[in-house]
Parts: sequence; structure tokens; C-alpha cells
Amino acid sequence: MRVLLALLLLSAVADIANTPDLLSRGAVSASLRFAVPIVLAGLGGLWAERCGVINIGLEGMMIIGTWMGAWAGFQWSPWVGVLAAIAGGAVFGAFHALMTVSFGVDQAVSGIAINVAALGLGRFLSSIFFEGQPGGGISQSPHVGQIANVSVPGLAEVLEPIASLETPVLSDIAEIVIGVTTGVSLLTLLAAALVFLSWWVLFRTSFGLRLRACGDNPAAADSLGVNPNRMRYAALTVSGALAGLGGAFLVTVASSIYREGQVAGRGFIGLATVIFGNWMPGRLTIGALLFGFTDALRTRQETTMTALLIVGAVVFAFLTVRAVRARNRGATFTYAIAAVGLGWWFLGFGVVPSEFVGFAPHLTTLLVLSLAHQRIRPPQGIGVPYRRSEAN
Amino acid sequence: METRIERVLLQLIAPVVAIFFAALLAAAILHFTGADAGSVLGEVVAFGTTPASLVAVVNKATTFYLAGIAGAIGFRMLLFNIGIDGQYRLAVFFAAVVGASVSLPPVLHVTLIILVAMAVGAGWAALAGYIKVKRGVSEVISTIMLNAVATGIIAYLLAPGRLAERAAGSNNIRTTPIPPSGWFPGFDVGGKEVFGFTLVAVALGIAFWILLNRTRFGFELRASGLSLRAAAVSGVNSKRMIFVTMVMSGAMAGLVGIPQLLGSSHQYGLDFPAGFGFTGLAIAILGRNHPLGVAFGALLWAWLERSSQILDLLGVSREIVTIMQATIVLSVVVAYEVVRRVNVRRQQKLVGRSEHAGIENGATA
Repeated sequence: MRVLLALLLLSAVADIANTPDLLSRGAVSASLRFAVPIVLAGLGGLWAERCGVINIGLEGMMIIGTWMGAWAGFQWSPWVGVLAAIAGGAVFGAFHALMTVSFGVDQAVSGIAINVAALGLGRFLSSIFFEGQPGGGISQSPHVGQIANVSVPGLAEVLEPIASLETPVLSDIAEIVIGVTTGVSLLTLLAAALVFLSWWVLFRTSFGLRLRACGDNPAAADSLGVNPNRMRYAALTVSGALAGLGGAFLVTVASSIYREGQVAGRGFIGLATVIFGNWMPGRLTIGALLFGFTDALRTRQETTMTALLIVGAVVFAFLTVRAVRARNRGATFTYAIAAVGLGWWFLGFGVVPSEFVGFAPHLTTLLVLSLAHQRIRPPQGIGVPYRRSEAN
Repeated sequence: METRIERVLLQLIAPVVAIFFAALLAAAILHFTGADAGSVLGEVVAFGTTPASLVAVVNKATTFYLAGIAGAIGFRMLLFNIGIDGQYRLAVFFAAVVGASVSLPPVLHVTLIILVAMAVGAGWAALAGYIKVKRGVSEVISTIMLNAVATGIIAYLLAPGRLAERAAGSNNIRTTPIPPSGWFPGFDVGGKEVFGFTLVAVALGIAFWILLNRTRFGFELRASGLSLRAAAVSGVNSKRMIFVTMVMSGAMAGLVGIPQLLGSSHQYGLDFPAGFGFTGLAIAILGRNHPLGVAFGALLWAWLERSSQILDLLGVSREIVTIMQATIVLSVVVAYEVVRRVNVRRQQKLVGRSEHAGIENGATA
């Protein structure tokens, strides 16, 4: 229902603002491409935080993933690169566990150190392994092959006539379906499977229950025979592996090269999607898709961005109504200002500077965090170090 | 009972071990990549101790020191101000804009620029402080997000036709240069200029120490940092403390870019040094949030960065220094923890022994 409403809204906006690019297959598949690394980073954050450890090092683990992916990818094959990236991320995830769980290092300190080290390591290793290779240098790798794309055979041909009909909603749906079924990377499919798998493992298996128990109340879990330390090692290793895979995606799908600064804060946005998604894999993915959508739009027409102003205004108006009903005065006020402000901006200027689109996800996260506070349920024991017996 | 000297020595073991370990790791990496670690180290030390290098180190350390103190203020209250980076860039940008747009007599001009920087830094940090206090949002997440927003705002405003202009004859885009009345004079050491602001930074360090150890606010800050609940029970308004600490940390962060702005650049441009946020936190951790420790950490960091410049000429990537820095931070924290655990165990043994002795004495009596 909500999806349909959102679709109607976007479709109407695309019409009003005269920006057919908003829902074109190109925009859809680009959004998907931008969203997948964020989804994977988000899942990495989810695994760690559900077990009670904040993983600020996601960014660094993604950097390691990009480097490993390129290093193994250009020598052997992109799939070997993917495996190497997963392994590299997992090693750093386990390292984060070693620091925070075994040595009692502050979780944020360890994460920051990993980010700094990854940055240096990437450049340092590039100077050894990539410099002197064809196309390689200290800040980029040689050409890496790409992971194959797949399409649902025949579907595009069937939908093509509908898409070109230019009936408002129907054609848009056809465009979207074409966008998500043609030329989809195998890694994208893998990521989709991992979203489901994460949900299933975390919420439908006893292992997941134990893992989450260690995130909510490690002492209680310990008293029932679950070893929180071991659980946190496992969770962080998975977390790092997922972040590493996200890095591999950047190298083998989104581009075909390792480049310095390629991760560009996606690890941090991944952290944001965890909050955005209220620590649930499905909602996290929706958040990541939204972030991917804004990311994709930034690289496309400038007018398309303008259309988003209307979308934002409508969404905030909707939130205002809901806040009025919930009698949340502070939120009502803020949402109303945002709605009026965006509407006024659209009518008055009609242009969004691309610099502002860059931090839209971050600003949204801040707003969500500070306004939807009552509805947010983080794991109870998050960020708190656990020592099995104090004074050891 | 342990003496004061013993305590200080215990504190010093950790950083010494950490630095030694990091150096060892760097040597091992050098060895594996086929370089001669010994001769590289010799060259690095020789380059790092030339007079020009030492002046550069002091100048750079001034910047790092301010970032470190900004981090330390937060840490004392268990606050993780990851936003130092955004706070100082926004602060120095607006300070540069305001500084270039007014004409005032020399001392007033500099004072105004400094105040603007502190106000902007404090204001930006206050946002994070506010939603932490009012909404319970972790400052770690909110400041990461605010950093990105600050980057966007600066990117927007730092464009020709807005608050910046294209520098003649280069690709740099920058704010209008500040007139000489808004410069902070440096002093000459062997033909090189040391930032005058270094003295201010030293004074700020002393002020931080006095605030922490000789005022009621400092006492409440340290008490809250040790145990928020215990401090609250004794009547400390912890929410107010969190907010005020965040604002103070932000005000200090606002000053991070000032030595460079007033002493050498006199404008904010695309080429203005960035990314001191994490450096500040790392230095605060290394220096255990103590003004002297932070000063030592800042000098060490600055020296490592300066000395690394020779590495490229020796055919070694200078990023090995970044790896070393990360190693130092992690190993120093691990070392502190190990020292703490050893200490606890030692004291437990002491207590156990004296109790044991007490029982035996009781039995014989």
C-alpha cells in the first residue's frame, strides 16, 4: 500500500515537474547500483550492533574490501576479488572484536583507528602492488574485470510497449520493472539474498536469538550459558565480511577499478541506515534504497533534483499530519517548517544546489534520530563493553 | 602504598611500549618490502631534526594540540566529539569570511576573528549537544552526520560568486584574503617563522588544566566523567554538564584552524588543511586527556608527519606513517588497559595478603 502511494507520488511529481528521468529505467538501475554498497554496509552495522558493538570501522573495512577486491580481481578474476574482499573485511572485523572484546578498547576508538589504518594501508599497499602495473598507481589499481549482469529473459520485450505508452502510473511501473530486471549484477542478487538471510539468521534461528541477547543484555545471556565474547567475535567477523563485500561491489560492479576515496563515506551512511531502519534488515534496505536514489539523482539531471523538493514537501506534510495525530508538538512544528520550507523553495527558486543533495541522507538521519526518537528501539546493551568478570 | 613517582611511571609505561611496538611494526613492514629499515630510520631522524623541520613541527603541533584539547574536553565527560573536523572547518571558513569583510585596528581584528571561530565551532557542536541532551541521540552518530552537512555547506558557499573567488593564476578557490591587520605575528627562529598563536595554545592548555583541577566546574566534570550516576546523586546536573562540555569542546575545535589562518594562509581555500578531527581524538587518547600528555602527543604526531616527507625520496611510501599512527593509538589503549588490569590484580594480591596476615595474627593472639 505504502509502496503504491509512494509510486503514485513520484509518478505525479515526475509529470508535474516535467522530469521523466525521475522514474526512468536508467535512474532505477542507477539507484540500485548506488544502494547495494550501502545496504551491505548497513547489514554489517546491523550484525555488529545487534550484538552490542558499534562498528565505526565499517568505512575502513569497506576500503580494505575495495583494495583486496582489486588486488585479487585484476590478477585472477573478479569473483576471486570478491572472495578476497570478504576475507579482508572479515579479518578486520575480527580485529575490531579482538580490540573491543578481548582488550577492552573503547569501541569508537578501535573503529576510528581501523578507519585511519585502512586509509594508510590502502595507499601503502598500492604503492607496492599497483605501482608499475599497467594503469595502476599509488591511488588506483589496474583494470579489474566486472561481475556478469543477468536479465530476466523476454520481460523487457513484453514491457517495452507499456513503457512507451506514456500512461502516467502504468508506464512508470513498467520502467521500474525493466530497471530492476535487466542488466542486474549477480552481486546485487547476492546482496538481496543476504538481506533475507540476515533477517532469517538474526530473527528466526536460535543462533540469532543468542546473538541478539548479547546485544541487549550480555550478562543475562552469559548466565544462560551463551558466551557473549564469542558471539561478539562471530558478529563482528560477519559484519566485516559484509562491509568487505560492499567494497568489492564498488570495484567489480559500480566501476572496474580501485580508486582512492572510492568508498566516500558509504560506511558511515551504512551506519545511518541501521538507525534509519530501526535495527531491522528490511527497513534498513528501504533506507539504503532511498539514499541510493538521492545518490543516483545527484549524478543525473539537475532538474530531477528539483522534483525531489516536491516529494520532500509532500512527505513532510504527511509526517506533520501524523505528528498532529500523535500529539507530538515538537515534531509537528519541525515537520511543518520543513514542509513549508521545501514547498517555498520549489516555488521560489526551483533549483537545488548539488552540494546540498550530497548531505541530504545525513540530514535526514539527524532529523529521524531527533524526531522519531520514541519509535526507535536500539539494542539495549549497545556500545557498552562487557567483561565476564570485572577486575581481571 | 604506591608513591607518586610510581604512579607516573606506570602511566608512562603504556605510551613508551606503544611507540616502541609501532616502530617495531614499521621496521618489520619496511623489512618485508625490501627496504633497509636501519638506514631509512637514520635518514628520517636526520631530516626530522633539521631546524626547518623543527619549526614546521612546532607549527603543525600547535594545530594538533588544539584539536587534541578539543577531544580531551569531551573525553573527560565521556563524550566522543567526532565532530571536531566539521566544527573547525566551518569555524575557520566563517572566521576567514568575516575577517576579510571588516577593517579594524590590529588587535581588535584578530580578536574578532578568533571569537567568530569559537562561536561557530561552539554553535555547531551545540547542535549535537542539544539533541544528545533532549533526545538521547548518541553524539558519535550525530557528529558524523553533522560533519557531512558541514562539508556540504562549505562546498556550497566556497564558490565564486557566493562567499569565495578564484585565485588569480591557479585552480584554487578561496575566500578574500584577510588584510594584515588581522594577522597574528609570529616570531623568528633561525630564519623560519613560528606561529604566534602557539603561545596562545600553550596558554589555553594551562587554562584547561586550571579549569579541570582548580574549579568547581572542573571537579564536577571529572566526577561526571568517572561516574555520571554518582555525580548526579551528589547534585550535578548531568544534562547541563553534557551540553556545556560539548559547547566547550566545539569552541576549542573552532580554534584548530586559527594558527594556520592567522599565521600563514590568511584565507580559506580548497587547499586549506583538513582532516584534523580524528587526529585530535587520537592525540587526546595518547595523552590521556592531560594537557601535558596532549602536548607530547601533538609533537609526536607532528614530528611523524613532517619526517614522513623524506620517505617518498627514499622510495618508501609515506603512508607507513599513517599505519604507524593507527598502531600507536591502538597499542597505547591496549597497553593502558593491560597496565590497569595488572595494577588491579597487584592490589587485590596486596589486599588478600594483608587480610591473610590479619587472620593469622588474630589466630596467634
